[in-house]
Amino acid sequence: MYQYNDFDRAFLAARNAQFRQQVERRIDGSLTEEEFRPLRLMNGLYLQLHAYMLRVAIPYGTLRGEQMRMLATIADKWDKGYGHFTTRQNIQYNWPKLPDVPDILDALGEVQLHAIQTSGNTIRNVTADHFAGAAADEIADPRPVAELLRQWSTDHPEFQFLPRKFKLAVSGAEHDRAVLRAHDIGIQLVEKDGQRGVRVFVGGGLGRTPVIGKVIKDFLPEADMLPYLEAIVSVYNTLGRRDNKYKARIKITVNENGLETIKQKAEERFAVLKPLFEGVDQQMLAGIRAMFAAPAFRNAPLEGYEEARAASPAFRAWTDTNLSAHKQEGYAIVTVSLKKHGETPGDATSEQMRLLADLAEKYGHDDIRISHEQNVILPHVHKSDLPALYEALKPAGLATANVGLVSDIIACPGMDYCALATARSIPVAQEIATRFEELKLEHEVGPLKIKISGCINACGHHHVGHIGILGLDRAGVENYQITLGGDGSEDAALGERTGPGFAYDEITGAIETIVKTYLGLREGAEETFLAAYRRVGAQPFKDALYPEKAERKADAA
Amino acid sequence: MPRPFTPKVVTANALLEGDVVYFTAADTWTRQLAEAELLHDAETAEARLAVAAQQQDQIVGAYLTDMKDGDAGPEPTHFREEFRRTGPSNYFHGKQAEA
Repeated sequence: MYQYNDFDRAFLAARNAQFRQQVERRIDGSLTEEEFRPLRLMNGLYLQLHAYMLRVAIPYGTLRGEQMRMLATIADKWDKGYGHFTTRQNIQYNWPKLPDVPDILDALGEVQLHAIQTSGNTIRNVTADHFAGAAADEIADPRPVAELLRQWSTDHPEFQFLPRKFKLAVSGAEHDRAVLRAHDIGIQLVEKDGQRGVRVFVGGGLGRTPVIGKVIKDFLPEADMLPYLEAIVSVYNTLGRRDNKYKARIKITVNENGLETIKQKAEERFAVLKPLFEGVDQQMLAGIRAMFAAPAFRNAPLEGYEEARAASPAFRAWTDTNLSAHKQEGYAIVTVSLKKHGETPGDATSEQMRLLADLAEKYGHDDIRISHEQNVILPHVHKSDLPALYEALKPAGLATANVGLVSDIIACPGMDYCALATARSIPVAQEIATRFEELKLEHEVGPLKIKISGCINACGHHHVGHIGILGLDRAGVENYQITLGGDGSEDAALGERTGPGFAYDEITGAIETIVKTYLGLREGAEETFLAAYRRVGAQPFKDALYPEKAERKADAA
Repeated sequence: MPRPFTPKVVTANALLEGDVVYFTAADTWTRQLAEAELLHDAETAEARLAVAAQQQDQIVGAYLTDMKDGDAGPEPTHFREEFRRTGPSNYFHGKQAEA
């Protein structure tokens, strides 16, 4: 894992000292809010509905135990004893007080974490496949590239005032777990003729104008990656619109100018930039890569694992849903669900964080990941340790066997916290999860991704949910639109709206109707919701959701 | 005929704590909506907002928001202000826990 060098430490300390003075000047009245606002946003400090909110970056979703422990300490000392993990692999504290924030940032600095560029029109936290370095289907660990991008983009003088925010994601596998195609730039590590390189997607994004990213470069040698990315962002910085906030993201720049124009301009810029890089980036990448060497995997027998599965149906159910294939024989990737039925998706208490830190150190080579699906991953656990791990997770409410199922819902904070929200998300997620737990249906239903956003900005990724829910304000009342058939994977697709929205007290029933309709029409348990939807289309679901309309149609026919 | 004016209060977030505050008739800020000054016409409302917004050393982001005249003072007409005066629905945090 990456360790800060002296330069990193000095940079962060200087930056934190600078912000401490800015906070002091705001409090003593020498800075107005208008002057202070851009400064606090550069350091991840928002003002939400009920309080300030501090968004801390978890670069490429990777944490060590000591870092997780510090996140817990901060939650206890300066917040309300919990943190909220987000769809961008950040953690948000919902209740910090302004005078405490400089101390929080110093505490984060002690464990090599920060909140820089988690807001503002800059390159944001670089996200990655949460199974990086562990997945069986991966061709290379994307984290060294993500770390290189983090260093390059942090305080990059040309890119501090982009037309709009800019999000990067990196993956090292064909199966896309990082939603590359919904990012301003998505980078997929690939190999061609034995040569290492990257495939570059550009212009993806969700929000009010959802767009699936397009391939701007199918193969780029690794050595050309950074100058090429700099070229793209540079072209965007020049061409991107600054007259209209809603047309400022690169997806609009690409749509308005055409992919070919953007590509041509990027190539021209690349020709200028490439000679300036002189290979230093590649030396740095090699240095970073050495820090991400695989842990010393154990070659041990799987004693007790199959026996425990046979003995305990609960353990077996958990291993069926929460484990993924590891590249190392005898190992598994464990997804710890932060979606216990009825709880807030993505929230972890300080006690849970401390336990996860301890367990990562004890069983997981001191490696923890945060997924954009708002769960915690222990990427390297030997299978013989799984029964003990499960037993340790259970009393902490962390052993829910629901990963990838109906109740494993992504939900943005919505109007319970967010100043931009138009409706609540969290209680909708809680109620859907609770309903399906009561129905005891979710294991029968199988893989199904529900994603909920509380406004059109789509932090809850509703456009790429198999079932997406969008909360709106319709004449002063919360109203929820449903989309079906979205997909955030390598087969990325945007969901299609079913029709009129549903009231707050109707939305859970509507989701139940959709799921039961699916169960009624699927060709077998192996046909997933998404596959069935692709086969039959939206109509059977619409007929079930809007029976009056279906009847009228039948009468007219 | 002009549309009838919906009564309003001036609200903001406290500078240090970030929590929701309302402007009173005494030019001070209160955490209790019931103590807020209810403004009955557009001209007065704009004038009171201008006074309130000057207090940059105490608050952030003052704005006017619709209220109705209830038995115990101003009451929200929109669910957003209802949440602001209550707190989140997933935890017993915020104003509801401090009352």
